[in-house]
Amino acid sequence: MSDIASSRLRRRYAAERRFKALGLAAVLFSGLVLAFLLVTMTANAIGGFKRAELVFPVDFRDGALTVDPSQLQGPQAAQALQGAGLADVVAFAAAKHVGEQAAAELDDTAWREVADKLIADPALLQGQVHVSLPVSDDLAAAARGDGPQPMKDLAGRLQADGKLVSAIDWGFLSRADATGPQDVGIWGALKGSMLTMLVTLGLAFPIGVLAAVYLEEYAPRNRWTELIEVSINNLAAVPSIIFGLLGLAVFLTIFPNYRSAPLIGGMTLALMTMPVIVISGRNAIKAVPPSIRDAALAVGASRVQTVFHHVLPLALPGILTGTIIGMARALGETAPLLMIGMRAFVATPPEGFTSPATVLPVQIFLWSDEIDRGFVERTSAAIIVLLAFLLVMNGLAIYLRIRFEKRW
Amino acid sequence: MSPAIPILLALALGLIGWLAARSRAWAFRKTARAAGGELHSLPGYHGWYVALWTLVPAIVFAVAWSSLSPGLVLARVLADPAASALPAFGIQRDAILAEAQALATGQMTAAFRPQAAALVEPFRAALAHYSTIGLVLTLLLGLAGGGFSYTRLKPDFTARTRVERAVLLGLLLASLVAIFTTFGIVASLVFETARFFGFVSPMDFLFGTHWGPDPMASPTGVSGDRYGAIPLFWGTIFIGAVIAMIVAIPLGLMSAIYLTQYASPRFRSWMKPILEILAGVPTVVYGYFAALTVAPLIRDFGLAIGISSASSESALAAGLVMGIMIIPFVSSMADDSIAAVPQAMRDGSLAMGATTSETIRKVLIPAALPGIVAGVMLAVSRAIGETMIVVMAAGATARLTANPFESMTTVTFQIVAMLTGEGSFDHPATLSAFALGMVLFLVTLTLNYIALRVVKRFREAYE
Repeated sequence: MSDIASSRLRRRYAAERRFKALGLAAVLFSGLVLAFLLVTMTANAIGGFKRAELVFPVDFRDGALTVDPSQLQGPQAAQALQGAGLADVVAFAAAKHVGEQAAAELDDTAWREVADKLIADPALLQGQVHVSLPVSDDLAAAARGDGPQPMKDLAGRLQADGKLVSAIDWGFLSRADATGPQDVGIWGALKGSMLTMLVTLGLAFPIGVLAAVYLEEYAPRNRWTELIEVSINNLAAVPSIIFGLLGLAVFLTIFPNYRSAPLIGGMTLALMTMPVIVISGRNAIKAVPPSIRDAALAVGASRVQTVFHHVLPLALPGILTGTIIGMARALGETAPLLMIGMRAFVATPPEGFTSPATVLPVQIFLWSDEIDRGFVERTSAAIIVLLAFLLVMNGLAIYLRIRFEKRW
Repeated sequence: MSPAIPILLALALGLIGWLAARSRAWAFRKTARAAGGELHSLPGYHGWYVALWTLVPAIVFAVAWSSLSPGLVLARVLADPAASALPAFGIQRDAILAEAQALATGQMTAAFRPQAAALVEPFRAALAHYSTIGLVLTLLLGLAGGGFSYTRLKPDFTARTRVERAVLLGLLLASLVAIFTTFGIVASLVFETARFFGFVSPMDFLFGTHWGPDPMASPTGVSGDRYGAIPLFWGTIFIGAVIAMIVAIPLGLMSAIYLTQYASPRFRSWMKPILEILAGVPTVVYGYFAALTVAPLIRDFGLAIGISSASSESALAAGLVMGIMIIPFVSSMADDSIAAVPQAMRDGSLAMGATTSETIRKVLIPAALPGIVAGVMLAVSRAIGETMIVVMAAGATARLTANPFESMTTVTFQIVAMLTGEGSFDHPATLSAFALGMVLFLVTLTLNYIALRVVKRFREAYE
């Protein structure tokens, strides 16, 4: 081989290696971005699952709290404790053990957590209780290193004494939205999301499956069928915000009383999810071999019986996989729900399908707009909760695919 | 009374009808078999026949009633003498009515406004009146349908054929939902856009260069020069079709090439799902990531290289993150179109002594180009319709600039901003959201249509 030829070959091989490295770099870069995103969110979220709490004992033996144990039963128990002056007792105990200045920074609703403890175990009234109660947003910010210097000094002193700690906040998973980052919780939004998803599933799944059955098993080849197919494919590609405009202009005009209710949100998302279910459903039905249909028809089943007794059960794993993926997309959807007013401040978990609610992604959006730094960690924690749900749903879809999918 | 009660009532009636009809059919079968005959349909079909006749009219009525009755209740309350003290129109009147209704249904316990307290009794009476009417009519309809169908049952009654016809009708209706939805989208967009163009001329909207609607200004005498959407279109194209694509096309294409042509099956089976996760992360998470992490980095970088206008809400931050989100779309479309190129073309190139990369660059990509272009068009249509990333990271100021470090706004951002404000539904600022939605809808539809045509023709070329 001549020198020119071999050097040309070397150059070509070098180009080959560069090209390959470039490809690998592209793949790895995408993977790294994903890892970076997840790591940043998780790192922030760790703080979001905790909150700053003051630790001190409350002594009920000195008789400052006069409440009859029989009052601690039933729905009025918390009110009875409030009436007996529990808030003052807690504040007094705090002032005694952590100092006046720190006691003033106790969260306004902190006494409720003591009340819950007492209601759960009235025997505590005869003794001393060690409590760990949330502090105000200002002191919590100072504990993170933000805010005015005197507050930071106070936080530093308390932390050095071990009286101000950062404890895991289980209540985050059981409370609803609030005005300050110390008091917020995710349960309200989570429940709203679940109710909304139930409506979406209840509408999109039957309609999607029936439409898929019609298009695959019955539809004649004509202009109407083509129109249906074209509109389903288009709907799958329409930006989600357009569905929000539809929900606003149509659903809220028909049901003006149900503004920001899971019912309307679920209906809007159902229209968005339905095309996904139809498309995956058609593929699943198409994959069922014709011999199954022929066998059923040959032993005398009607066409409806063939489809509903034989084809559909065999196609179900595929349909369910597509449904779960569509539902996961709907669960993370924000824009259409902003349009139909599910962005209101809702401080109690929704009671039903028609009460005002917010959903997880919208809650994330609302918290991300808050100025208080404490919300940054809470937002990340909410994101981790959302991602955990999506992970479970997608994992379920993959499991269904592997476990039940048949290759014919 | 909750709207669920009539529906539950209808369901209960349906169940009763189903049980009754089935047991009657069993009785038929017994006598028929004693005489050596057989029913035309299985007893279950008789049950379903009666259940459908009972359920469908009652449920349709119950649902229609639940959307109709609030209006009737309101009309009856307003006819009450106590309502004459209400202010004529406006927000106050609505607030009083809403409060009275909440009190009457027990959602609230104490009244704030004395006028509302006066209306509670009329409200309670009207609610009771109309909910009783609704319940009775639902019951009557269900009983009438059930009774009619029950009397038709005979041993040779063709219940199965009829039920199957109803099932077929149900299937057809379900598939028509897609058409209704498309029609609903088009109708609501066209209707509201036409109202918007009653305030602002289409020429001002489509070709004006200043965007600054004021939702608080008086809706009459709006001048069109505040509704020029060109800066929004530019921001949308710059973020979604330029910056995002500069990120997504090379990364997506190279990922697809590496994963299909070079990677070991093991590496591929790990990396492909990881890339797909990028498409599954909710957009609100990307938006938060862009606003919290990427935007400050970009601002600092911009300031470091001497761009003083670098803002903490930049087109670049939104575009970059959007590009990352789009990578899986580009890569899976490129994957499909490269896989569709016939193996013989690849083998031919390799047999002539070309290296793998030369084969990819000179044979596979040119052959797959139509499919790749179509994939990019789909990705663009997805990027310009993307909302949360730009809402959280791109900013609200409409600017005509090519400086990616400045904040820029997009069509989707303005739709959200106009509709989540306090503006009334008769104001051009609110209505402009629908006009913007119309433009967005038409553009994404066109992009998708062309892309799908290209893909189809491309597939046919190699079949």
